[in-house]
Amino acid sequence: MTAQATTFFRTLLDQPWGLWWLQVRRMVRIEVRRNLLSKRAWWVYFLAFVPTVIVLIYLLKEPHPQAAMAGMTEVLAGIMQFYYIRLGIFFGCLGIFSRLIRGEMIERSLHFYLLSPVRREVLLLAKFAAGAISALALFATATVANFALIYLGFGPAGQDYVFNGVGMGQLEAYLAIVVLACLGYGSVFLLLSMMFRNPTPAALLVFAWEAVNPVMPSLLQKISVASYLRHLMPVTVRGQDIFALLTVTTEPVPGWVAALGLLVLIAVVLTYSCYRMRTLEIRYTTE
Amino acid sequence: MNDHLSDRIIFDDVSKFYGEVLGVNRITLNIPPGVTTLVGPNGSGKTTLMNLMTGLVQPSSGTVSVLGLKPGDAECFFREVGYCTQFDSFPRGLTGFEFMMDSLMLYGMHPGEAMRLTHEALERVKLTDAAYRKIAGYSKGMRQKIRLAQAIAHHPRVLVLDEPLNGLDPMARAESLALFEELGRQGMHLVISSHILDEVDRISDRVVLITGGYLVAEGNIHQVRQEVRDKPMQVLIRCDKPELLASKMFAVNHCVEARLHSDGGGVFLRTGDIDQFYQLINDIAVEGLVRIEAVAPADDDAYSIYQYLIGSEGGPAR
Repeated sequence: MTAQATTFFRTLLDQPWGLWWLQVRRMVRIEVRRNLLSKRAWWVYFLAFVPTVIVLIYLLKEPHPQAAMAGMTEVLAGIMQFYYIRLGIFFGCLGIFSRLIRGEMIERSLHFYLLSPVRREVLLLAKFAAGAISALALFATATVANFALIYLGFGPAGQDYVFNGVGMGQLEAYLAIVVLACLGYGSVFLLLSMMFRNPTPAALLVFAWEAVNPVMPSLLQKISVASYLRHLMPVTVRGQDIFALLTVTTEPVPGWVAALGLLVLIAVVLTYSCYRMRTLEIRYTTE
Repeated sequence: MNDHLSDRIIFDDVSKFYGEVLGVNRITLNIPPGVTTLVGPNGSGKTTLMNLMTGLVQPSSGTVSVLGLKPGDAECFFREVGYCTQFDSFPRGLTGFEFMMDSLMLYGMHPGEAMRLTHEALERVKLTDAAYRKIAGYSKGMRQKIRLAQAIAHHPRVLVLDEPLNGLDPMARAESLALFEELGRQGMHLVISSHILDEVDRISDRVVLITGGYLVAEGNIHQVRQEVRDKPMQVLIRCDKPELLASKMFAVNHCVEARLHSDGGGVFLRTGDIDQFYQLINDIAVEGLVRIEAVAPADDDAYSIYQYLIGSEGGPAR
């Protein structure tokens, strides 16, 4: 090991990691409380649980014939692929993550954080963690609820499918997708909110980009959250008519490569966000 | 770090431009401990200076250091610095107590210690009774107080206060000024901007005058006044025969104005040569025709200096 590398690692070890961890935990507590318990969070709850309510109504009204289980498995995959990834998590994360920095600038309260003894990178990562926890709390709960309600309707057959069949594996895959989607979209929207006074137009561009991304060249497909998630879906749903555009078959990618690719994308976006945070100035009059 | 610099607030040739708009231009300051007042009309760059000092904005050129620390080193910097901004907004839905606790917990302290400091700060600004009410329901004066409490709660060595008397009633103003005075006496750095010069003048050790983003003058108020040589100095002389004194003084060239005090027990005199003026007063006193009780400068306060150097347009209140 060279002397430079030794110095680097020593410097790294000398950092106040304990304090940073404590500050992150305390900030996360404050931010999650704000994200989930404020009146303005209602529409994120709506986005997360509207399919759950529909599935519940369907469960109460229609008895599930056993033969329909394969069909319902596809319905669940469709909800995940076409609703949660494309719409629910996308707009839910837009609401949660774009509020973390920009929302506080609009409310003129961000300076309280910037005047506290918290390194700005730690502040940004704590806010990101809080946003991720808030989004995951809602969308992971909704995913588990949807899954449970769908297979509950099939009685013992459903139970067997979940615990002895491939059901549990599918649920794990869906949860992994929700985690990656929340982190991926969250990082993108957090950055957009720091770059633009109103991040919504930019988010709509991202939305359009994600929609047409499957027909893009292979290299451009790598700059997309949904393209990575598509490779992780445990059940593939073939779209028809207009939905066919959303399900263009692309070159197959192993799940771990897709997950790793998305994590690298998240890391790059967060690193750049940290740089933006470092140079962020408080000028509320221009908000 | 040089010891001399470790107790100073230093601006080294600092400029700040907001795009094409000038915030402050080539400011060089070396502020020792004590109470320093920033004086200037609206838009002169006072808040920009404070924001530069605390890292809320970054200098376009030059460097700022506070007690040898840079704002980028947040963990150390904000343990030593408290900033009560002019921004009258708070995180939503919090009580005063929760706001203080949330803030102090980020210092990494034990909850018990944070609670003790919260109560102590709320007590100091006389806001204990309203501590458990939502900040949204506070009056403007109470919001000002809770901001002040948050800025002082962690016992900083440097306290930056942007218009801290705004919205306070006369009693609260007096209490705040007494608190600032006490903190200044304890050896703290207090940097205050205020439009109410009469009140901060009483506790200020020095002034920094800025206008249009440029530094006009800085230093001890009396020294700054002495340097404004093109404006005759005004002195109040308390004596038993003010008319006689006025006539004697008016006979000399450097005395340009004499005005009797409203209570008839003194005279305001304006002179272009303060050294000769004091010599003449001594001579008159020795002569024994007039019994002189007190001699005091009448225009070496921040307001007068402001008027002389900057003018009254958009100026501060007296």
